[in-house]
Parts: sequence; structure tokens; C-alpha cells
Amino acid sequence: MTTINLDYAGRTYAPNAAYSVGREKLREFAAAVGATHPAHHDVDAARGSGYPDLVAPPTFAVVVAQRAEAQYLQDEAAGVDFSRVVHADERFTHHRPIVAGDELVTVLHVDSLVARAGITLVTTRCEIHAAGADGTPGELVSTVVSTLAVRGEDA
Amino acid sequence: MTEHAVATPDLGSLEVGQQIGTREVVVDRARLVRYAGASGDFNPIHWNERVATQVGLPGVIAHGMFSMGSAVALVEDWAGDPGRVVDYQTRFARPVPVPDPGAATLVVTGVVGALDAEAGTARVDLTVAVEGVRVLAKCQAVVRLV
Repeated sequence: MTTINLDYAGRTYAPNAAYSVGREKLREFAAAVGATHPAHHDVDAARGSGYPDLVAPPTFAVVVAQRAEAQYLQDEAAGVDFSRVVHADERFTHHRPIVAGDELVTVLHVDSLVARAGITLVTTRCEIHAAGADGTPGELVSTVVSTLAVRGEDA
Repeated sequence: MTEHAVATPDLGSLEVGQQIGTREVVVDRARLVRYAGASGDFNPIHWNERVATQVGLPGVIAHGMFSMGSAVALVEDWAGDPGRVVDYQTRFARPVPVPDPGAATLVVTGVVGALDAEAGTARVDLTVAVEGVRVLAKCQAVVRLV
């Protein structure tokens, strides 16, 4: 058992390895959540709506974000015991839709760690960017803010 | 696919409180395994009864992100274009136990919660309930309509 290291609050990580958004992954994710709109499945329909390729469902960004969040959550020194974690809230802000063909790099921020009444609220923010030609963050595509509630050892 | 040939609603003709529709999402264990694979969230509390009960849950529960992700399809279809959903948030109010055998049914309804003529957006407030009990709170999608 570990306790959450509050010193991680305010930490920002370096951009992670690029995530390549593939058509079949978008189709698979859309089917899994029951999103049947043709813009997720049919390239011609997506292009007919003015997009360069298939459009990701609004919550697909979680797939991209969780790879970045793992940098923090899987760091033993951070002290987040996953068996004590409950997802408290989630917010997606799309500056433009994610589309198939995107190469995305994510910058993870640990925005706050708030301990109260036996629970620590862990809020992370992923800023998901289109990768520039040199792999560095370019255009901001989506912002994903996630809060986990972690029960203390006595809770 | 003709059911999707829906025009984007005209912002000026909408009223706060207007219903956008309702749908049911039936979720069984197979559906959770499918979501686990598609999303990469393999937390065993979403597919392994033994692990779920060991950590104090009544049994296997749905991914909160599954409930959130499946609810917004109603908004996408109403908007006529999934790329118009520019902001989407929720709090996970209650876990959704998924029995085996059997299934849980999410009932999703949406109403227009706010209109912003300047930004050209409508906020849709979703109610997501299982057996009449809300499982998502403050579930709101902002849709760009102009």
C-alpha cells in the first residue's frame, strides 16, 4: 500500500510518442459504443460532410489520453493504487474533431491532487495536439480533463 | 443508412426545454468485453466477477466511459454530424452493475439545456438512467450549430 504523493500536483510531462488514428480503430470504437453515424464508418460520407476522413466519436479521445495518463498513473512513486480508484468525472473539449490519419502527441498535466475526508481527487489534463513535421506538438486538437477519486487505506 | 440523413437543427428554431429524443442501450458482459478491447481499458472490474467483488463492488460494473460514450450517440444523430459535438462532460454518479446472465439497460434522454446565439451553440443535457436511477450527472454536450 502506498499513499498518493501530493508533490506531483502541477507536474507537466514531455510530449509522448505519437498516436496514429486508424480507420479500423475508429470503426471498432464507434461500433463498441453504438455510434452508428456514417461519418464514423463510411469515408465517402465523412468527406461529404467536409472532413478529410472518418470522424472519431466524441469520447474516442479517451483512448489517446489514457496512454498519456499512464505516464503518471503507472509511476509507482506517484502512489496511485488502481484497485482504489473510481472514475469521478470526465470532460472532452474538441477544438476540431479527431479524424483518421491524424498523428497525435499528448502533453499530460497533473492539474491538482486534493485530499479530503479519506479520498484524494486526482485531476489530470491531456492536451492532444496534431504532431508537427518534427514530431513536436502542433495544432491543439482536443483537451481531456479527467478526475479520479482514490480511496485512502482506511476508507 | 437513410435514418441518418438528418439535417442539422436550426439554432434559431430551438427552445430551451425542447426534447431531442430518447434511446435505450442494452449492455451485457459481452458488450463490456467489446468496449474493453476497443478502448484499451482492461480494468478487470469490468469483466471479472471475482476481482470486482474482491474490491467491494456488487459485481462486474460497466465502464463509466462506456455509458458516457454510448449516451452521446443520441446527440450526434440529432446534430446530423458527430463533428459538431465540441464539448462533452459528465460526472459518474453511480456504478452500473451488469448481471450475468442478463443485461442492464441505459435509458438516455436529451433536452436542450441552453442556447448561445453568439457562440452558435446549443447545450444538450442528457439524462442517463438505469431502472429510473440516474447513473451520470451533469451530462452535457455542447453542439456547434452554425
